[in-house]
Amino acid sequence: MSVISSLQVGVLDPQGPVAAAERTILLNATVIMLAVIIPVILLTLAFAWWFRAGNAKAKRSPDFAYSGPVEVVVWAIPMLIVLFLGGIAWIGSHDLDPPKRILAKHSPIDVQVVSLDWKWLFIYPALGVASVNKLVVPAGAPLRLQLTSATVMNSFFVPQLGSQIYTMAGMSTRLNLLADKPGVYPGLSAQFSGQGFSDMRFNVQALPEGQFNQWVATAKRNPAQLTAATYAQLAKPGLQATPLEFGAIGQGVFDAIVDARPLPVSASATESAASPADDASTSDHSAMAM
Amino acid sequence: MSSSVLLGKLDWSAIPLNEPLPLISAAVVVAVIAAILGLVTYKRAWPYFWKEWITSVDHKRVGVMYVVLALVMLLRGFADALMMRSQLAMAAGTAHGYLPPDHYNQIFSAHGTIMIFFVAMTFMVGLMNFVVPLQIGARDVAFPVLNSVSFWLTASGALLLNMSLVIGEFARTGWLVYPPLSELAYSPGVGVDYYLWSLQISGVGTLLSGVNLTTTILKLRAPGMGYSRMPIFTWTALASNLLIIAAFPILTATLGMLLLDRYLGFHFFTNDGGGNAMMYINLIWAWGHPEVYILILPAFGVFSEVIATFSGKALFGYRSMVIATMGICILSFMVWLHHFFTMGAGADVNGFFGIMTMIIAIPTGVKVFNWLFTLYGGTVRFNTPLLWAIGFMITFVIGGMTGVLMAVPPADFVLHNSLFLVAHFHNVVIGGVVFGAFAGYTYWFPKAFGFTLDERLGKASFWCWLIGFYLAFMPLYLLGLMGATRRMQHYPETGWQPMMIVALVGALVIFAGILLTIAQLVVSIRTRDQRRDHSGDPWQGRTLEWSTRSPPPEYNFARLPQIKGLDAWHQAREEGRKTLEAAPYDPAEKLHVPRGSATGFVAAFFSVAMGFALVWHIWWLAIIGLVGIVATGLVHAWRTVHDIEVIPEDTDLARLIGPSPP
Repeated sequence: MSVISSLQVGVLDPQGPVAAAERTILLNATVIMLAVIIPVILLTLAFAWWFRAGNAKAKRSPDFAYSGPVEVVVWAIPMLIVLFLGGIAWIGSHDLDPPKRILAKHSPIDVQVVSLDWKWLFIYPALGVASVNKLVVPAGAPLRLQLTSATVMNSFFVPQLGSQIYTMAGMSTRLNLLADKPGVYPGLSAQFSGQGFSDMRFNVQALPEGQFNQWVATAKRNPAQLTAATYAQLAKPGLQATPLEFGAIGQGVFDAIVDARPLPVSASATESAASPADDASTSDHSAMAM
Repeated sequence: MSSSVLLGKLDWSAIPLNEPLPLISAAVVVAVIAAILGLVTYKRAWPYFWKEWITSVDHKRVGVMYVVLALVMLLRGFADALMMRSQLAMAAGTAHGYLPPDHYNQIFSAHGTIMIFFVAMTFMVGLMNFVVPLQIGARDVAFPVLNSVSFWLTASGALLLNMSLVIGEFARTGWLVYPPLSELAYSPGVGVDYYLWSLQISGVGTLLSGVNLTTTILKLRAPGMGYSRMPIFTWTALASNLLIIAAFPILTATLGMLLLDRYLGFHFFTNDGGGNAMMYINLIWAWGHPEVYILILPAFGVFSEVIATFSGKALFGYRSMVIATMGICILSFMVWLHHFFTMGAGADVNGFFGIMTMIIAIPTGVKVFNWLFTLYGGTVRFNTPLLWAIGFMITFVIGGMTGVLMAVPPADFVLHNSLFLVAHFHNVVIGGVVFGAFAGYTYWFPKAFGFTLDERLGKASFWCWLIGFYLAFMPLYLLGLMGATRRMQHYPETGWQPMMIVALVGALVIFAGILLTIAQLVVSIRTRDQRRDHSGDPWQGRTLEWSTRSPPPEYNFARLPQIKGLDAWHQAREEGRKTLEAAPYDPAEKLHVPRGSATGFVAAFFSVAMGFALVWHIWWLAIIGLVGIVATGLVHAWRTVHDIEVIPEDTDLARLIGPSPP
């Protein structure tokens, strides 16, 4: 077991419904194609060897350059496979569309993800906390992610949970994942983003419900606040070796980052304290639950 | 960085005196170049090189120079590959290897850029240049001087790119310089500028070459060679060059917009000012996916010729092959989005492009089956070119399979940008394009030089490439499935290290294959007198190029042949005569060949000066370079002597019999 975990079996060791469905598609498609690929490889070797110039037993047919039935078959085989795989692609593309919500008994949790140079900021708008390079989630809860980048493009990817998606400045993408069981699942950026790219690692910690609530409570006691000042510090290019937590966050941080507006100066901002810029914002991020 | 009028941004800090690796490699390169130049001087061979090669506009010479450039650049690109593989074999757990990120990031960017633009592309253009006019019974390409200009512009781009090794830096952004990372805000250095100007200059060369070869194929085919009698390599060359004409302007425009962003403060792709980097990514792949087929289609053509020739049979399903080739040509423009399913475009868009991508696998699959049936019933001779072809058929179907796999959007969501993807495109580029390049190189070498290449060393090289490929890239497939992503400089998972080491061993085996190719060339040249081919047709070829002597005279054909069917040369051989039938001609007509011209070389000289000046903001030099290029063109336009008359040799005349009476 320890050998397997040290090997980091990633995509082949799914820990959630998205990753599991994607592995199934991967394996199905591979097997369907291998049914043709393996015979083709064997026939290539067999034909080349049998018809070698030195084989007296081989029956030569130097004028065999066209055959209607053979042509029909060679067009039909790839067409049939593609028809089949095309179906898988179309259905899979809709079933596993990243913005598609996952239905589960557990109530969902919203997290906003921001890629920075070269770290990940995770904002829990409904819970009023945030973390860096550590994504703590309740096991079994649908994870509703909204993602952007404060810098160059990155790709948010947790191999064992499934689908990755780009984070892009000025835009927000959506991704829905779910971790079936408690555990630690490594995540990374899958889109090269410069000097510190290799260190853009984070862990997804899926905790049982009780422990997750405990973590939130502990995080809320953390004196660090995500405000304009601390964000400016965080956004400076550099690595973040140890994960951080913020016990309080300002209003509309994610939207401000997407719109490239200044962040709220204070984390205790309330509705009345919202800046005029917030009201003027035309962006509609319905996942904002504050 | 301060900026002066005289030297722009250039100063001594541009020379990486504190970094031994680039300095040592640059010193080696400079020493090799100096040694070659010294040898040429010592042998007093300058007039020969100037007259016969540098200023030659003969398509055969230009083709050979393209291939030589590609082989030299292969060494540079492969040195990068070895550094990357050794870095990753070391940098596991807490270790960070020997290449810091800023150096490592330049290496993988340079590796991709060099291998695609200056190895694969250059090699294929070289083969097409050499073969196509011979194969269609033409005396040269449609615009011989332009051809020389194209080559020298490509060489300028290659030189400019390599100058970045010593003077300044190369891009640290990946080989497609995705913004916003490649924008001034995140890449303020000259690396991206080297990339952009190098590709703008060589890109013009490629586009001109595409126009030239397309015109040649459409207009200069020998009398009687209708489209249904055109050799299959020429068909694939036509498809490839049509793609060049359609796709390269997109590249030039896209890189042009990035240049405007970087030089004049535009906001096409910036994060601020209303820019949209995703537009760049769409545009670059609107060029990039056709580019894949620009490379692979001529390789398919090579394999078609090689498999037919060494099976002693006509290509199976010629019409199917033509339809498949042209089908791929058109479909290649409808799949670009599969390079970024993970952008979040939505299920319908992703589904559409996934299915389009799979549809392109249909004609490709048909081709594989047709090669299979070409072997069937043949008399198969296992010469080196055929080994490359068989190795290709087996390897390429695996790469095709993993490609179709990633065309399924949800599968791509977990494989995108992983080492699985890296393994996939190396699988099709090495297993397809590189194997095709070497098959073509070995196949047409005796035509170009009049003697065959050593078979033993050629086969040894093939086995090294084949085994090395599997060792180097099968582990990458697995690593990708484990979640390893591309372009990482180090990784904490020690469990990945053993497979990274296997991949390094694979790269070393491929390196042995490259060394064997060099050895093959040296040995073959030294023993050329024993391996002369006097027939002009060492392989029992089927197409027109084998009807001329080797190397062919500069006029290719003393009389233009009259074509009466597919595989005309094979037909002539079958009928027991070793001669083609000449098309009706006017006995009074003189034979002319184009005169050599320094236009290409001089224009390239000014292009390098201009490119370098633009990279370093040395504006006066950029103006001189631009004026120089225009002036070179004007001087050429006012030339008074266009071509020279040659008298065909009797042996060449004897290869064609007079036109038969009507």
